[in-house]
Amino acid sequence: MTDPKTLSPPSLETHVGAHDNTFLDANELVINMGPQHPATHGVLRVILRLDGEKVLGLECVIGYLHRGVEKIAENRTYTMFNPYVDRMDYVAAVSNGLGYCEAVEKLLSVEAPPRAQYIRVILTELNRIASHQLWLGTHALDIGAITPLFYTFRDREEILKIFEKYCGARLTTHAFRIGGLQYEAYDGFEKDVKNFIAFVKPKIDEYEELLTTNRIWLERTRGVGVISGKDCIALGVTGPVLRASGVKWDIRKAQPYANYRNFDFEIPTGLNGDTYDRYLVRMVEMRQALRIIEQAVDGIPEGPVMAKVPKVMKPPVGEIYHSIEAPKGELGYFIVSDGSTQPYRVRVRPPSFVNLQALDMMCRGQLVADVIAVIGTLDIVLGEVDR
Amino acid sequence: MVAKFKRQYGSGITPLTHLGQNYLEVDRSLIPEILQLLRDDEQFDYCVDITAVHYPKRDKPFDVVWILYSFPRNERVRVKTQIADGESIASVVSIWATANWLEREVYDMFGITFRDHPDLKRILLPDGWKGHPLRKDYGILQQDSEWVQINLGIDSGQ
Repeated sequence: MTDPKTLSPPSLETHVGAHDNTFLDANELVINMGPQHPATHGVLRVILRLDGEKVLGLECVIGYLHRGVEKIAENRTYTMFNPYVDRMDYVAAVSNGLGYCEAVEKLLSVEAPPRAQYIRVILTELNRIASHQLWLGTHALDIGAITPLFYTFRDREEILKIFEKYCGARLTTHAFRIGGLQYEAYDGFEKDVKNFIAFVKPKIDEYEELLTTNRIWLERTRGVGVISGKDCIALGVTGPVLRASGVKWDIRKAQPYANYRNFDFEIPTGLNGDTYDRYLVRMVEMRQALRIIEQAVDGIPEGPVMAKVPKVMKPPVGEIYHSIEAPKGELGYFIVSDGSTQPYRVRVRPPSFVNLQALDMMCRGQLVADVIAVIGTLDIVLGEVDR
Repeated sequence: MVAKFKRQYGSGITPLTHLGQNYLEVDRSLIPEILQLLRDDEQFDYCVDITAVHYPKRDKPFDVVWILYSFPRNERVRVKTQIADGESIASVVSIWATANWLEREVYDMFGITFRDHPDLKRILLPDGWKGHPLRKDYGILQQDSEWVQINLGIDSGQ
């Protein structure tokens, strides 16, 4: 039995040498970040291959929230399918409804009347702000900043109150109908929206004050999850992720829909394509959304809110693809009609599904804690990934 | 652009327009070639979506659809082709990296196999599931009861 005091202390060379000579020569560790996890924004399973704490690669296993929405669409009429659409990206339900209603309106060759379009734009941009606020709260919480969660959820309540007054529901709103809107804007709608704009502007400043120059935030998000613009295009990534990588593209400007032509707003882009840039892009998008709402609420024209659509909707035979700029990216609907009251095929092109594909590439060489930050920054909603 | 394709491929390509949206109906034999040309020469660098539609009564029941977008031209185009049950079609993962998961979903839902796909396995449904739900002969309430019984320990998911 050797006396421990006579053993020489381990030096770096012997320690490293000893490590190489052990029988555990496989450096790779496979860890499962299971479907139940507080930081995966839903039921997402990520299988990580690690070398110590560095990520060598990862694989996403999805499908835990698959509800067969596309199959259901083939068994419902066009109007009956409208509420199902909200449940996919349940955070930004109004945008989903806008995309679907506009796609079917294109098939029917009707256009919603101007008053309906203004109110649609206001509700959609309010929903964009709500979605980004939820994103900010949960993303900051994953990284460790607890306060933004409380601030953003408190301020989001005002938007949800407006939705509730308008259509009765806070989250899965079913706000739009094919051909326009069902409900007229309630008395005091414009006043509520104007009050909200004045209320939330200093709040966004508050969020920025908490995070934008915060040293811990900068350390955790600068240089994390970098993806270049070219890779984004090759991988089909859209939305704020694409814009933060330097590609100035927004469907509201490139292929405008629902009278976005009438409004003046800017598209923010980032320089580095890292998590910090995506954060900044989304903050600017919130402010630009407020700008759009300001312009829209001052000019809502009078008129009907519903176009003349038949009670029994039978669009002519054909196909259409229509996409909108949802808060998460390009949300597209490919609808095939066979002339009957039920769609023949509805394909939803979900932005979160395609964005999630980029996770593997964005996390190579990063640490495990950065994986959480990147999942948060991609802003995925599993309801949309799985449908 | 379509004029150039027509000259080269003659009857293999049919350009059509419906409701202001352009699409090309292409013969199956031309498939990876046309898509490669669209990306390299015509700058359709962004593959928006890959999907399929099932028409059971046709002799070539599946319609595979690629929706492409070009950033420089700000233009969208659809490419459609018809394939028969059991036939496989070339994968475009080497052309657009985004096709990886999109083709896996088409395989999962319809059973259409893609040649040269790096990892063609089910994505939304569990790995051992039998059946391809978005086909028209799969019932709306149908489930793979065998999988449910073995894996979940209950008689039926309904």
